[in-house]
Amino acid sequence: MSATNGRLIKGATGDWEMVIGLEVHAQVTSNSKLFSGASTEFGGDPNTHVSLVDAAMPGMLPVINEFCVEQAVRTGLGLNAQINLRSVFDRKNYFYPDSPQGYQISQYKSPIVGEGEVIVDLPDGDSITVGIERLHLEQDAGKSLHDQHSTMSFVDLNRSGVALMEIVSKPDMRSAEQARAYVTKLRSILRYLGTCDGDMEKGNLRADVNVSVRKPGHALGTRCEIKNVNSIRFIGQAIEYEARRQVGILEDGGAIDQETRLFDANKGETRSMRSKEEAHDYRYFPDPDLLPLEFSETYVAELRAQLPELPDQKKARFIADFGLSPYDASVLVAERESADFYETVLAKLADKVRDGKLAANWVINELFGRVNKEGRDISASPVSAAQLGAIVDLIGEGTISGKIAKDLFEIVWTEGGDPRALVEARGLKQVTDLGAIEKVVDNIIAANPDKVAQARAKPQLIGWFVGQVMKSSGGKANPQSVNDLLKAKLGI
Amino acid sequence: MTDLTSLTLAEAREGLANKSFTSLELTDAHLGAIEAARVLNAFVLETPDQARAMARAIDAKIAKGEGGPLAGIPLGIKDLFATKDVRTTACSKILGNFVPPYESTVTSQLWRDGAVMLGKLNNDEFAMGSSNETSCFGPVVNPWRREGSNTTLVPGGSSGGSASAVAAQLCMGATATDTGGSIRQPAAFTATVGVKPTYGRCSRWGTVAFASSLDQAGPIARTVRDAAILMRSMAGHDPKDTTSVNCEVPDYEAAIGKSVKGMKIGIPKEYRLDGMPPEIEKLWSEGAAWLKASGAELVEVSLPHTKYALPAYYIVAPAEASSNLARYDGVRYGLRVPGRSIGEMYENTRAEGFGDEVRRRVMIGTYVLSAGYYDAYYLRAQKVRTLIKKDFEDCFAKGVSAILTPATPSAAFGIGEKGADPVEMYLNDIFTVTVNMAGLPGIAVPAGRDAQGLPLGLQLIGRPFDEETLFSLGEIVEQAAGRFTPPRWW
Repeated sequence: MSATNGRLIKGATGDWEMVIGLEVHAQVTSNSKLFSGASTEFGGDPNTHVSLVDAAMPGMLPVINEFCVEQAVRTGLGLNAQINLRSVFDRKNYFYPDSPQGYQISQYKSPIVGEGEVIVDLPDGDSITVGIERLHLEQDAGKSLHDQHSTMSFVDLNRSGVALMEIVSKPDMRSAEQARAYVTKLRSILRYLGTCDGDMEKGNLRADVNVSVRKPGHALGTRCEIKNVNSIRFIGQAIEYEARRQVGILEDGGAIDQETRLFDANKGETRSMRSKEEAHDYRYFPDPDLLPLEFSETYVAELRAQLPELPDQKKARFIADFGLSPYDASVLVAERESADFYETVLAKLADKVRDGKLAANWVINELFGRVNKEGRDISASPVSAAQLGAIVDLIGEGTISGKIAKDLFEIVWTEGGDPRALVEARGLKQVTDLGAIEKVVDNIIAANPDKVAQARAKPQLIGWFVGQVMKSSGGKANPQSVNDLLKAKLGI
Repeated sequence: MTDLTSLTLAEAREGLANKSFTSLELTDAHLGAIEAARVLNAFVLETPDQARAMARAIDAKIAKGEGGPLAGIPLGIKDLFATKDVRTTACSKILGNFVPPYESTVTSQLWRDGAVMLGKLNNDEFAMGSSNETSCFGPVVNPWRREGSNTTLVPGGSSGGSASAVAAQLCMGATATDTGGSIRQPAAFTATVGVKPTYGRCSRWGTVAFASSLDQAGPIARTVRDAAILMRSMAGHDPKDTTSVNCEVPDYEAAIGKSVKGMKIGIPKEYRLDGMPPEIEKLWSEGAAWLKASGAELVEVSLPHTKYALPAYYIVAPAEASSNLARYDGVRYGLRVPGRSIGEMYENTRAEGFGDEVRRRVMIGTYVLSAGYYDAYYLRAQKVRTLIKKDFEDCFAKGVSAILTPATPSAAFGIGEKGADPVEMYLNDIFTVTVNMAGLPGIAVPAGRDAQGLPLGLQLIGRPFDEETLFSLGEIVEQAAGRFTPPRWW
């Protein structure tokens, strides 16, 4: 199944459809590099995490890091993909100062992971399936620094040899929005698996974006590849710009040159980097320093059995078990931390089934809202999952009203404390004693004979009375009881 | 001190154990011999201070009865092996004065076992050559000369420095490497014994790479026994080289003198080349006769894809080399020739740093891996390689234990004699490349002399990881042919 419900571009000659495929480079979460024991830690002083192998000293040989292999297999399983029990490392030959070997060790003809698929939820509630073509392991390059000296460039090899997974999608996306949603989902899966931290600011997740346009139903157009786009927002901008650029050329009677382009985030445009003619001949061949990578079905089965619950499964469970809307469930599972927070709240509830949905509302609207507003991370929320669970319990069991709960949330946020104890100490309990409420109701009616007359003629005015009673009770009166009493007393 | 340098390694081992002499005396004798033989250009770096320090240290250990299997034995090290804090160049200008901060696995095992390093030995640049004429330090001279002639001859290559130094008694043994014949051909040219072990038997870690799927380290020594002693220390699994094989290293020396009665020895008919010199033919038959006299059974075998081996080798080896040598780019170590751009710096550095033969092979290798040519050259060569391997497997499956062939198509030739046509030079490897292509062990043993008095060698090819049989058979040839020592003229 491939996506079809993309957005079309209106051109002078009719509608155009964009066709998008992505190659996502995800840095494997591991302590050491793909073929050396050097650390992968980010932010060290230049050239402090470089082994003899990373610096390509004469006679050095790569030795595969088995943990990185495991991470790639786990990722493949998370993408519902074919795991290849035999794969081969190839050399991709090219000269660049940040590529010390003069070649990158990658996988060309026989990748470790084959075809798979990702279900992508779109903001409008629709979902599409994006096919995965392959996933392969490869070495990252070092970093060239061109701004340190007036005539020389510097090279930092800390990143050189760090393991990357290149995840290649099929050209199944039809809009920038779909592409953004795909990367968001892919990132979420990787983070759930713990195989890539998805930190795009550090460059730990970046994408090469392939874009072409065509008239709907026609054959694929010539594509351009936009290299190394490093944020989800930029991916969207680059696609929008590039598709329109291509439509403009085609409508002017021109042809698209297959080329590699760069996205300029400042100008919001793509520009040519090299044409097909200038494309490198990488002279791929199997790396004779490494044996083919082989493992057993049992090894894969063991890794499969240890996989955590992934976003799609979690979402389905939230909907089925707690009656959440698909939208709320998607919001909660998008980040593992959010889902974990929600699950911790659930664990604290006296009645999960009754209050699961209520808890979701509180997590999404109150907690996420407040956390986002203050620019905090959920892990740094002053209201813990246990505290929020207690607040939801208090609402669920009818001890406090939703309105009081918001006040209580504010108190817990700013001052901390046990919600149940706070309710006791500050007298926030909802008044359900009918006698007490009745007394207040009687007082209000007695003090406002003119309003009583008006309300009898125009029953909607009951709202004014409810407000007065609530105000007078400090918000603690049970609103339903107030309403019932007023109706009876006013005879409406 | 001449006496000490003429001892075999096994004899010296005994003398050291008996305390007839010390390692320092033995080392000094060799350092003197090296100094007197500089005209051979076998050593590109002499390390006398280090040698004496190592010798003194091992003497102290021997005194306490702690020496290892090679305690006190002075060796030469091919300049392809990285030696910690000692300049290592692969005899290429591009490495300049590169001093590695690490020791190759093979040499570290030799030092572990008590050997002493005399210095670094000359070789063809990046081991690319069959005459040791491509070294940036100039050609090595063979201690052997034609009878009644002063013409300087090549020692073969690429391990020419190793072969020449061992033959001239400048060291008791030497490390060498073999990618297409680089141990066996120079051994044959200098009347020394050279062993190319099974691919994976010795670690490649810390040895400058030429063609990774073919390169294998091995010893050159003056006797089969000496080679066996060295092999045991050089071999072994290394987790740092994933192509090294985790299987036990046997006591190779124990294989010497073992009966070969009833053993089937294959004589491959495809190795009988048109126009092969009669003295090579004669040598081959003699070798066969000696083995037969020892009780082995000779059988004619067929290795039908032999004729494709050399062309296929000269695709696979340069292809891997073109990639392996990409790291010599002037960025991190070795030579850098500046340019106005990074591209120009690469071009200037590599043009000045690499010699003609290396440049030729880098270009051939780049070509055969290029899009549009890969299938026709590299892929086809790999298929040929599979067929060559299968030829040998079929042969061994019929009960053949080893295969006897000449080591080279001729004796040593003159320096500068074969420079003009690279293909003529490549033909030197015609009997040896098949062994590398199939990953098998091979040994070259001196077996006779040609009409001009130059040494000739025979090659024995064994089953994978059965070097022991080669030592058993090699010693029979050695016993029958006798040992050959070049008259000292230098």
